[in-house]
Amino acid sequence: MFKVETTVLPEKTEMRKTFAATMDSLAEEDKRVVYLDCDLMNSIGMTSFAAKRPEQTVNCGIQEANMIGVAAGMSATGLVPFAHTFGTFASRRVMDQVFVSAAYARLNVRIIGSDPGVTASTNGGTHMPLEDMGMMRCVPDVTIIEPTDSTMLADILRQTKDRYGVFYIRLSRKIADKIYQDGSTFEIGKAAKLRNGTDVTIFTSGISVADALKAADILAGNGISAAVSNMFTIKPIDRRAVVEAAERTGAVVTAENHSVIGGLGSAVAEMLTETVCAPLERVGVRDHFGEVGSVDYLKKVFSIGVEDIVAAAKRAVGRKAAGK
Amino acid sequence: MDKNELELQIDAARIRIGVLKGLRKCGAGHIGGSMSMAELLAVLYGGIMRVRPDQPDWEDRDWLVVSKGHCGPAVYSALALHGYFPEAELETINQGGTRLPSHCDRNRTPGVDMTTGSLGQGMSTALGVAFGNRYNGRASHTYLILGDGEMQEGQVWEGALFAAQRKLSNVVAFVDNNKKQLDGYTNDICSLGDIAQTFRNFGWFALDCDGNDVASVRNAILTAKRNGEKPSMIVMHTEKGIGCTFTEGVLYNHHVKFTEAQCDAAIASLENHIAAIQEKESAHV
Repeated sequence: MFKVETTVLPEKTEMRKTFAATMDSLAEEDKRVVYLDCDLMNSIGMTSFAAKRPEQTVNCGIQEANMIGVAAGMSATGLVPFAHTFGTFASRRVMDQVFVSAAYARLNVRIIGSDPGVTASTNGGTHMPLEDMGMMRCVPDVTIIEPTDSTMLADILRQTKDRYGVFYIRLSRKIADKIYQDGSTFEIGKAAKLRNGTDVTIFTSGISVADALKAADILAGNGISAAVSNMFTIKPIDRRAVVEAAERTGAVVTAENHSVIGGLGSAVAEMLTETVCAPLERVGVRDHFGEVGSVDYLKKVFSIGVEDIVAAAKRAVGRKAAGK
Repeated sequence: MDKNELELQIDAARIRIGVLKGLRKCGAGHIGGSMSMAELLAVLYGGIMRVRPDQPDWEDRDWLVVSKGHCGPAVYSALALHGYFPEAELETINQGGTRLPSHCDRNRTPGVDMTTGSLGQGMSTALGVAFGNRYNGRASHTYLILGDGEMQEGQVWEGALFAAQRKLSNVVAFVDNNKKQLDGYTNDICSLGDIAQTFRNFGWFALDCDGNDVASVRNAILTAKRNGEKPSMIVMHTEKGIGCTFTEGVLYNHHVKFTEAQCDAAIASLENHIAAIQEKESAHV
């Protein structure tokens, strides 16, 4: 059960603080938990964890491929590994290790890819994962989750500890907007509806959630009633939520901090093509490489900000009215 | 119970026969690398590894990760020889629905501890297993078999650094150094230099042995296990395709096509070899 904050404001602490605190409590209560990293423990705020729990910490050094394999091997002996590196390295650099050593081998690994999409900001194009979800979606049985705020992150980490399989968790390290009230819990694989609406439904995840809510406010001022649904589990996607939304509102928008190829927009498009005939407009990066800049600048450059969601919703509603 | 040298030689020949019987229907397979590691498998399952064929998932077992996963047929043959499943099942290798796919798969085959086939990856998964077993306070060893061509993968060297740093002395790794890879001699394609010396430089205990001599392999393992706190690397000098009449001495013998007649002749030759060993054994007694 989750409760939504009435006003969206920035959280008081960074997501990485919640990550570190949650990992500490999971490692305390369950000695099977082991944390692996590739020389980014400082970046993710896990140095205190390492100092406190050296036996449960494995800093591999800069060797991502080995880290994924080691994590997979550990899990074969009953350990519960959480392996972190930047999202680019946690996905595209280690795709075959994730595929063969972890997923195909049916082992039990949680992969944390930090700095999703434009949140890689000044690290630029080499470090900006705009395709990580697309690649991971192609691997059978991988669960892909993009937590929205600290409350959801803590709940998701806790849940994945006690589940079996390969999880790719897309994690922003910085301050997030607080969407959910403390103590909220979530069902993996189920969209978390944020707002009801009758004209169009916006599916979104991660940092785009707050933007979608702002867009819905603007749309309301323009006489368009937009539902907003947080599709924080990108795979397996909540098929029922997509079908119901398309049937109920007759128009759908996706908004994501990722390429429109392979991510949430693709997943929803695939689902709609096989089910309900409804116009879909996708807000996401249109087949571009990343580049340096502030998050706000990059949202503008890639047309993935609030105004872009508003425009997409208007297009979707217009197409619905025109019957195309 | 540990087997004597002649018994291990017979086991190695039987493992080769099992490979051939298993692949006979296919008419093709990874014969070269399966043959070169037959002695190692005979030694490992002939007294070195603590395993329970009737309980493949026994928690305190020794683990074997065959990172050169394309040599699954040799592993299956060794497992069948030791009772993990009936020898007749070897004939299902690579047939639809089999438990014995070309490359090792931990989810399909009783006794296969790790899924391998994408070269280099078994290095890391083996190290994870070794870490996990040590973390859990288990005294088990993790044995890891790498191909020499496989050493060209960067992941192997990531693992080499990792194992030394973590002092994973419960790892005993082998390189089946048969000097060849799919396209020819490793020295002509991407030379590996002195593998044992390189591993010493990486912080491992390393030694060379004659990988097609059961006594040499066994002694090397026993020496490695006494080495103390370092992971061990045993560089086995072997011959690709050895012991199989239609692959021994053939240049391109990585993945080989063969006729049933060739296969039967190779099996007959190995059976004669076994008979000769048995004769020697009885004369010895």
